[in-house]
Amino acid sequence: MSSSPRTSDFDLECHNITKRFGDFTAVDDISFSIPKGSFFSILGPSGCGKTTLLRMMAGFLEPDSGDLRIKGKSMVGVPPNKRPVNMVFQHLALFPMMTVEENIAYGLKRQGMPKADIPAKVKSALERISLPDAGPKRIDQLSGGQKQRIAIARCLVLDPDVLLLDEPLGALDLKLREHMKVELKQLQHNFDTTFVYITHDQSEALVMSDQVAVMNHGVFEQVGTPQELYYKPKTAFVAGFVGDTNRWSGSIKGMSGNEVQVETKDGLKLVATAADQNLAKGQNVDIFVRPESVVISRKSDALVGIENTIKGNVESVLFDGANSRVLVRDPSSGDKIMVTLPQTGEFNDLQAGQELHLGWRLAQAKCFDTLAMSAEQLADMS
Amino acid sequence: MTNKTAPKLGLILLMAPLLIWLFALILLPHVDMFMLSITEKVAPRVYETGLGNYGEFFAEPLYWNTYARTAIMSILTTIVTLVIAFPVSYYIAKMLRGRMKAVLFVLCLLPFWVSELVRTFGWMILLRETGIISTFLQWAGLADQPIEMLYTDATIVVGLVYTSMLFMVVPLVTTLESLDDSYIEAGYDLGGNGFTVMREIVIPHAMPGIVSGCIVVFMLSLGNYLTPILLGGKDSLWFTEQIYAQFITRFNWEQGAAFGFLLLILSSLIVWGGLKLSRQTLSETMG
Amino acid sequence: MLKSKVKLITGLLVGASVFATANIAGAETLRLLTWGGYAPKEVVALFKKETGIDVKVTKSNNEEMIAKLRATGGSGFDLAQPSQDRIAGAQFEHEIYKPMDLSKIKADRFIRSMLEGTKKNTTVDGKVYGVPHVWGTSGLVLDTQKAASVKDYTDLCAAGVAGKVSYRLKRPTLIGFAFSMGMDPFAAYNDKAKYAEIMSKVEKKLIECKGNVKSYWTGGDALMNLVRSGEVTAAMAWDTGGWKLNKEMANVTFVAPKSGALGWIDTFALPAKTKAEDAAYKWINFVMQPKIAAMITAAAGNFTASKGADEFAAADLKKRFQSSFPAADIDNIKWYPPVPAGLEDIEGKVLDRVKASKSN
Repeated sequence: MSSSPRTSDFDLECHNITKRFGDFTAVDDISFSIPKGSFFSILGPSGCGKTTLLRMMAGFLEPDSGDLRIKGKSMVGVPPNKRPVNMVFQHLALFPMMTVEENIAYGLKRQGMPKADIPAKVKSALERISLPDAGPKRIDQLSGGQKQRIAIARCLVLDPDVLLLDEPLGALDLKLREHMKVELKQLQHNFDTTFVYITHDQSEALVMSDQVAVMNHGVFEQVGTPQELYYKPKTAFVAGFVGDTNRWSGSIKGMSGNEVQVETKDGLKLVATAADQNLAKGQNVDIFVRPESVVISRKSDALVGIENTIKGNVESVLFDGANSRVLVRDPSSGDKIMVTLPQTGEFNDLQAGQELHLGWRLAQAKCFDTLAMSAEQLADMS
Repeated sequence: MTNKTAPKLGLILLMAPLLIWLFALILLPHVDMFMLSITEKVAPRVYETGLGNYGEFFAEPLYWNTYARTAIMSILTTIVTLVIAFPVSYYIAKMLRGRMKAVLFVLCLLPFWVSELVRTFGWMILLRETGIISTFLQWAGLADQPIEMLYTDATIVVGLVYTSMLFMVVPLVTTLESLDDSYIEAGYDLGGNGFTVMREIVIPHAMPGIVSGCIVVFMLSLGNYLTPILLGGKDSLWFTEQIYAQFITRFNWEQGAAFGFLLLILSSLIVWGGLKLSRQTLSETMG
Repeated sequence: MLKSKVKLITGLLVGASVFATANIAGAETLRLLTWGGYAPKEVVALFKKETGIDVKVTKSNNEEMIAKLRATGGSGFDLAQPSQDRIAGAQFEHEIYKPMDLSKIKADRFIRSMLEGTKKNTTVDGKVYGVPHVWGTSGLVLDTQKAASVKDYTDLCAAGVAGKVSYRLKRPTLIGFAFSMGMDPFAAYNDKAKYAEIMSKVEKKLIECKGNVKSYWTGGDALMNLVRSGEVTAAMAWDTGGWKLNKEMANVTFVAPKSGALGWIDTFALPAKTKAEDAAYKWINFVMQPKIAAMITAAAGNFTASKGADEFAAADLKKRFQSSFPAADIDNIKWYPPVPAGLEDIEGKVLDRVKASKSN
């Protein structure tokens, strides 16, 4: 293999990859590169093309056009069993007719490793995932989390250049999923392998990834660190999809510098910061405000100096310890606004129906060109 | 009637039809057969109890040969059926979707819309010396004289395979359909080629289907009467034919019963051996 | 709840038994175990018109008849029609028949010699078990152009007809070959050792002959197809088969072999547990009327023991019969004597060995 110095920094590169199914373009001219040893997530709603993209990386699908390189070497036309990538399937696909040991040894045997060396390698892999005694067990004797780890070990034992993960946490219950997020990140760190992780769950992507690509309608909306996506979304889709957010739709009534004055259908007047380049007066826009950016108060005078203020009634309190929130209803427009409760304990006695004053700063409200979104995508975003 | 005995009686009554059925239709005839098989006909109207009928089987090489031949040809039929049916089933279960799948499945079922006799006669029309294939070959200039394709062991196997096909395809399709595509993909993804994925993943998964299909096909072939007789011609020797001959044309029920028992033992042994070899259990494959 | 279940079951049982008795008590039925063609529909209809009795026909052959009656100890049928040579042995060993009450038979409707012969052959312990019905012969069915060289059974083994021969692997073949090899198996019927010796010679001949055989036929239709297609030009078969083929193919016909055709007579015999004895006698007397007998001859292709039925037989059938049987050949017919018990075992093994032998 001739590795050119130009590409050696990247484990995986895609150049103008396109894939169509009939009239439908699943992946539309995507280019990106993943640095060596990083955790890269592709985040998007179902149907956005992320699975198609992943399957092209694994070799189960061939791109219609474009090039896909792993460690600088083109993978177009290379069958899945000849690619230096491995995949953790959505339902893990651990072979039920084999023991844990046999599952892990399967790939080693295919690589032509001498029979005598296999047990030691399997043993060390099991130790690295902290399941040293699981070897002789059958797959159906394992818990969900153990299966996850075995599925990952089965791939990592082969030292792939890239490990592909197809929403492997989807089938787990919430608690285990939270735990596995941390563990996956840990495993990636231990094995020092490049992970490409696809998911529709923004929390998984944010927690684990070094880099996240937000995908929609077959294209990448934005690629960046979780912080960039969260705090500096480049499109309305990213703003809406990554993290929880409140959204208002309206049209621009006036502009001054970066400041945009917007009026909603119900006549609510708001000011926001322009996050899109080409905004103009009269244009339909969406304004996004994070729940934690909203300040609440029982008295209106506490909010003096804040650009946007609204009066509303408590609809319901969503108590979740440190993540507790309150849903406030604006009686004039009927909008519901999600607000993160401060940790001070000041609002621990909130009751439904109580009157609250809300406010948020200009800088915290981001204004984007209105995005046409399908109902399904909107559902995914909530 | 006390409360304690009531449910017991209910259970007995509920089970009674099943037990009577098992007893009257399965156990009783076999006991009767066994008793018959250990009765020796010494002279007309004179009978003795003994194992002479079984002794006769071991003493006469003809019976032995027929017995072994029937077993070997049935095993051969089973293997050929499996080899043909597996790719067909794999294609139906994994490659096809929707309508085509149903169409192909019905095609497999089609031969069973006519009786076995008609099916066998169909083969005879095709394969006989003055039959369709022979005539066609001559017409095409591939043969310069009529070719007889009937009355050989190969013909028997062909006929039996054709008759048994469906019974292999159905369990195979069922088990193969239950194999999630992701297992096959994972097999490739982890470095396997077509052969290793087949050997390590598809076949082990399909094993219960393979074994149950094989058991059914083997039993059907072993117990078949019409096909070997009609297609086998003058050299055909099939054990069921011997049993039929003993019962019907020789009036020697005692010998026939002994043969029947030997066939039962043979099939049980071979099925047991097959299960052991494939490391399956009967409940797994039939359940 | 339990009580109601018991009631239900009892009810069902009672209902079923009432239904069953009602069925038996209904219109009188004669259950006839016979050969194909021996009870044609129109004859059954005429019988029903005259007597009001239904006839339920079950078609079978000699071996199956004996097996069926043996399995039930002689019940299930009211009248059977085994060949005369197969009655005595089966009766002696399995007691599946009931003696005939000859006073209920209208003897004047039978050809006297045939009736007497059958009575003699079916007598066990001084009781008569059968009266004759249909008779015929087995011999050779030949394509007279392509297999002109075949005059006797042994000629089937000649090189001229190699691969074009078919016969059954059953006892008539053994008997026929024995006669054509110059031996008399019937004379050896009561000498088992002698009979076994004859059979071992026949066995050798049949094994030699196996290479000549296209296929051992098992059913009439299979044989007809073999001859029709021209795959077989010389076969050992029943006279009627030859005559039927003669209608379609002028050069194929039944030929009595030089050593003599083998004659058989199918009889009427009462199963031991017949339930409609009177109906059985009525049927026997009915079908032996010349006109009715002629109808049966037309259906079965064979002549009956009915006196005067010849008059009503179809002209072309008579013609075929006469061309197959010149006067001398009729005298040469070898009628099967009753088979003593035990001979079938010897024959069975011979047949097995022939079947098992390898044809070159």
